[in-house]
Amino acid sequence: MRSLRRLLLTLALGALAPCSVALDNWPTPPATDAPAPQVSGPLSGGTGDHTKYEALKQPFASGPEVTKACLSCHTETGKHFMKNIHWTWEYRNPETGQLLGKKHLINNFCTNARGNEGMCAQCHVGYGWKDETFDFTNENNIDCLVCHDNTGTYYKTPNSAGSPACSVMFEGRPPIDFNLVAENVGLPQRANCGTCHFNGGGGDNVKHGDLSTALKNPPRGLDVHMDAKGLNFACTACHITKSHVWAGSRYRVIAKDHDGVGKPGQRRDVATCESCHGTAPHPVDSLAAFKRNDHISSVACQTCHIPEFARGGVATITDWDWRTAGKTRNGQGYHEHGYTQGNGEERYTYKSIKGTFTYGENLVPLYRWFDGQMRYTTIDTKFDVTKPVAINDFTGSRDDGRSRIWPFKRMRTWMPADIGNGTLVYNHLWGDDPDSYWGNYDMGKSIAHGMKEFGLPYSGQYGFVETYSYWPITHMVAPKENALRCEECHAEDGRLDGVEGIYMPGRDHNTWLDLIGVIAVAGTLLVILGHALIRIFSSIKGQH
Amino acid sequence: MAIRRVRIFSLFERFWHWSQMLLILVLMFTGFGLHGFHHQLGFEQAVTLHTFAAFSLLLLWAFSIFWLFTTRNWRHFIPTVKGMWQVLHFYSFGIFQGEHHPYRKAYWRKHNPLQALAYLMLKIVLFPLIWVSGLVYLFYFLWRNIPHATQVLDGVALVHTGAAFTIVVFVMIHIYMLTTGHSFKEHVMPMITGFDDVDLTPEEEAYLLKDEPGVIR
Repeated sequence: MRSLRRLLLTLALGALAPCSVALDNWPTPPATDAPAPQVSGPLSGGTGDHTKYEALKQPFASGPEVTKACLSCHTETGKHFMKNIHWTWEYRNPETGQLLGKKHLINNFCTNARGNEGMCAQCHVGYGWKDETFDFTNENNIDCLVCHDNTGTYYKTPNSAGSPACSVMFEGRPPIDFNLVAENVGLPQRANCGTCHFNGGGGDNVKHGDLSTALKNPPRGLDVHMDAKGLNFACTACHITKSHVWAGSRYRVIAKDHDGVGKPGQRRDVATCESCHGTAPHPVDSLAAFKRNDHISSVACQTCHIPEFARGGVATITDWDWRTAGKTRNGQGYHEHGYTQGNGEERYTYKSIKGTFTYGENLVPLYRWFDGQMRYTTIDTKFDVTKPVAINDFTGSRDDGRSRIWPFKRMRTWMPADIGNGTLVYNHLWGDDPDSYWGNYDMGKSIAHGMKEFGLPYSGQYGFVETYSYWPITHMVAPKENALRCEECHAEDGRLDGVEGIYMPGRDHNTWLDLIGVIAVAGTLLVILGHALIRIFSSIKGQH
Repeated sequence: MAIRRVRIFSLFERFWHWSQMLLILVLMFTGFGLHGFHHQLGFEQAVTLHTFAAFSLLLLWAFSIFWLFTTRNWRHFIPTVKGMWQVLHFYSFGIFQGEHHPYRKAYWRKHNPLQALAYLMLKIVLFPLIWVSGLVYLFYFLWRNIPHATQVLDGVALVHTGAAFTIVVFVMIHIYMLTTGHSFKEHVMPMITGFDDVDLTPEEEAYLLKDEPGVIR
């Protein structure tokens, strides 16, 4: 059974082939190969040439003016767009009722966007969110270009001035030619999404472990789908879109997709592997392939097909210690290199503004049953500060019908908390005021400021708690020849060592049965030897 | 009564025995590999070999059961106590005194009473135990969604492994027994040539000489 999407992709690829031949002045061979366009799913193609639109030829002085021009033709897009989480930064989980999204959550990297929007909302798809006064209803505040710029010249800077020590980082970039960018818009490329998603947590691959700048132009071995010389998928080939709402969010993971590819024209709601590959993805040409298809009900595709994360030469941070933050030299913050990653780049292992980092590359994930539902420790959650707390926790079991064994990156961070009240805190990191931590290095002051700004109770006593966060691994899908072999899991001390609720041959034994069995075999051998010895002995005696 | 060389194992029986031996060896080797006792094979190859060997053995058993009942050879395995004491006594004492094995093969009784009982138990207890548990194990994908499937699988695996250990013990004793009485070679040859010494009644001898001359030497 073939999905419409797969069919369309094939058609799109097929249609591109003769097209490129025509462009190459056939029959004369081209002098150089033009890079093949990225495949963006069913939205491939297009009906207009943006270089011909009068609306984009007017002089633009700012981003919102470009947006106004975009919306003059794309009349409904603003309304559609304002519903998506890139704009709202807010998500009410229908199952848990928890209010999530960057607007509210605390993470165990740079801790909180709330109150630090002047810096953090560079990754908000809007213009100018620096505090609570931002107008979420003004369509002209939407930033179309950050996703649709195909020139690579568009960039964003912080929405408010931070401490002079920090804002210096963002100075001296060439001005944006808005007309050039506006006339060269297209479907989002990997680099567009990557601007933010490859740099989550404050740097390249810091947060996810499976999303790094290595995916801008990846070889087949790093990601079989995004392979620049092969399938060359853009993010939106899987994260399919319907009226500017994307499929596939960590806030609501479909850990087990029962529906598969669906009928032609259906399924614009998920980014699961099954939505393209179906629910029996391995061609049954051997007994092993049959067994692999049988594993689908318990094991997420990612578990075998992403053998390691943080591949491709870009490291991820696995441990972060805020307790060491705030050290200065001559009253100034500083940073230290200390890790050279696979692609040769140096990474900071200490920053006065953030603390100490531990990096890892080519990491074996943690494997657990996962039902797709994350539960967050939010700003109002009370917990025991003497014990490690999970920023996001999850459950799952073999029996609930919706879980599978998934790979995770586990992030461990010692981060500031309100020790008196037993809660996490909003830390006021960014600002050009005397309370902001980044520049002033006084955590007591910055936390007090951050909590007061949102009317939250603060005991006045801050300290550090050990936290964990769990990141489902789903990108950097390796080619099939690099998928895990059976014995990686079907073995004692294998990858699924700590996973409960299943019997796995090779991993699980009944110790008593094995003991009795071995004793029985050894005992039989002894009896045989004894019997034989007496026979030999008595026959020798008989001869005398 | 006369001791004659008689073909007591037909070609099919010998084929059955040796192919069964080969398949059981493959099953034991791959099975204990899967169990984690050795790592001479990759898990995938071991599963594939184990499964195909198991299906081949089941097919062989289907033919052999058909053969046993259509040729009336099943009667060789009817348990009896007649002569059992002498056989037990021989293996416990007489064998050390240089005595000869008390049992003489008869035309319709080619196994001694202990042998017949052991093979019968193998056929109706141990083998069914391992192939029923094996099939249930193999077809896990059909019943994986029943309540407590994991615990059931755990039990099925326990039975399967337990039966496997018992078969290893059987094989060890079976091979050792070949060294008792006559020489090892004399015990193995009948299963290769088909011929062994059999105590024939005059009527049987006359019948075989006249009607089945190829079966008697």
